[in-house]
Amino acid sequence: MGFQEVIDADGRIEPRDEMPEAYRKTLVRQIAQHAHSEIIGMQPEGNWITRAPSLRRKVILVAKVQDEAGHGLYLYSAAETLGASRHDLLDLLHTGRQKYSTIFNYPTTSWADVAAIGWLVDGAAIVNQVPLTRCSYGPYARAMTRVCKEESFHQRQGFEAMTVLSRGTPAQRQMAQDALDRWWWPALMMFGPSDAESPNSAQSMAWGIKRFSNDELRQRFVDATVPQADYLGLTVPDPTLSWDGEHYRYGEIDWTEFFAVMKGDGPCNRQRMGFRVKAHEDGAWVREAAEAYAAKQRAKAI
Amino acid sequence: MTPLETYTLRHGDDCLVLGQRLCEWAARSPQLEEDVALLNIALDLLGSARSLLSQVGDEDQLAFLRDEPAFTNAQIMELDNGDFGRTMARQLLVSGYQVLLWEALSSSADEGLAGVAGKAVKEAAYHLDHAHSWVVRLGDGTEESHARMQAGLDDVWPYALELFEADDVVTSLVAQGIAADPEVLEPAWRATVEKVLTEATLGVPSSDWRPTGGRHGLHTEPFGYLLAEMQHLQRTHPGASW
Ligand SMILES: [Fe+2]
Ligand SMILES: [Fe+2]
Repeated sequence: MGFQEVIDADGRIEPRDEMPEAYRKTLVRQIAQHAHSEIIGMQPEGNWITRAPSLRRKVILVAKVQDEAGHGLYLYSAAETLGASRHDLLDLLHTGRQKYSTIFNYPTTSWADVAAIGWLVDGAAIVNQVPLTRCSYGPYARAMTRVCKEESFHQRQGFEAMTVLSRGTPAQRQMAQDALDRWWWPALMMFGPSDAESPNSAQSMAWGIKRFSNDELRQRFVDATVPQADYLGLTVPDPTLSWDGEHYRYGEIDWTEFFAVMKGDGPCNRQRMGFRVKAHEDGAWVREAAEAYAAKQRAKAI
Repeated sequence: MTPLETYTLRHGDDCLVLGQRLCEWAARSPQLEEDVALLNIALDLLGSARSLLSQVGDEDQLAFLRDEPAFTNAQIMELDNGDFGRTMARQLLVSGYQVLLWEALSSSADEGLAGVAGKAVKEAAYHLDHAHSWVVRLGDGTEESHARMQAGLDDVWPYALELFEADDVVTSLVAQGIAADPEVLEPAWRATVEKVLTEATLGVPSSDWRPTGGRHGLHTEPFGYLLAEMQHLQRTHPGASW
């Protein structure tokens, strides 16, 4: 079967199968940006590991950040099946030529932000990623199956942490509300621009990479999340939010903010990139040593 | 506190404080695999810390509400991470020690200690393997990595000696078959560590300087910052649960 027949039959493309160059390129870019998001996402949450308020929460958070590093690893490996190399992809990230999710350019200023990220950001990631488990490219689909299992674990833990805060002291409740106020709109932006302004969507749909439009997925997230906020006794920061009998109608998203953050002008873009590049540069001597050692061992073996 | 509680708390504090230090590597490590590995080691140590602290009292009260002089970890656990070489040097010395410690304690007359040790010994063996492989790669890698690895090792080495101190608490518990005997641990530890260092083409440091005091609540200056960071939320919101 040729590429288009496999796609039409809703089958899977595997690394050795023939595929159009544009399909390969689109996937490499999407998978790489996804991988970059996983590793940059370690920063805002890693920010609270050493300050986690109980040992149980600390352990949960360490395990979560560790999972995100693991997600980065699977995803870079998935990209490598398409002929890209992790080294080159990281270089594209470090030089600003590839992006990562805008959500991670917002600061985590309180402990409740860690809970809110688990609840909202992992929650939105799941809505985005579950359809990718049926993506036409096999290695990406399989990586997503594994990732989604862990993300749903993160989402439940985040919601549970949020529940404890919202039932806690007045200061904790305030912390929780404040976190929802700051993360709600950026979470909605995670689904990307409206369908009309999303030029690549149609092609990705035709290739079976994308299954639902950005707006459909965003709506699904809002419908799932608003009742959860109600349960927590927290107020979604959208005065126009209303139930129309089928869906929650939400207000206008500030796309100017989204595109500004995308372009590099969010509150933490510079910080995140600076941190990432510094970690990479600080580790160069270690990676070089590992290579030099391996080369010596190979020479000895001959 | 009974001698057994004191002894249990010392090892719980060792695990807690080193676990907390390793957490500082999150998202900062030389490569993604190391983010996974270092956090994995931190998780193991925090897990042991929780089990040990819970045998003495409430884990969170002990971790978050004690003042500095009440912490009885050895000072090596609290040392700054420094570069990756120094972190691996510390890990080699500590994991080399913990493998032997947990091995000995897995047959302790105290069931609580023996239970924790039985699980921790497998984890520590992995931590030691991991440190071993990095110390060798860095020691026998490039000129720069060799120099950094040796410098990190020289820095942390004197602090390792505190792990083998015996005071009345230890001596009395050794006599009862509860504690591991430092006099037995030390030569075995030297053998383990020296073998790795030789393979790594590194010099075995010698030090007449033996910093001490951790077991009795005397700590280094950086430790105050570690505690301030770790404890601040619990202390800012007294009585809140999380
Ligand atoms: Fe993830
Ligand atoms: Fe996650």
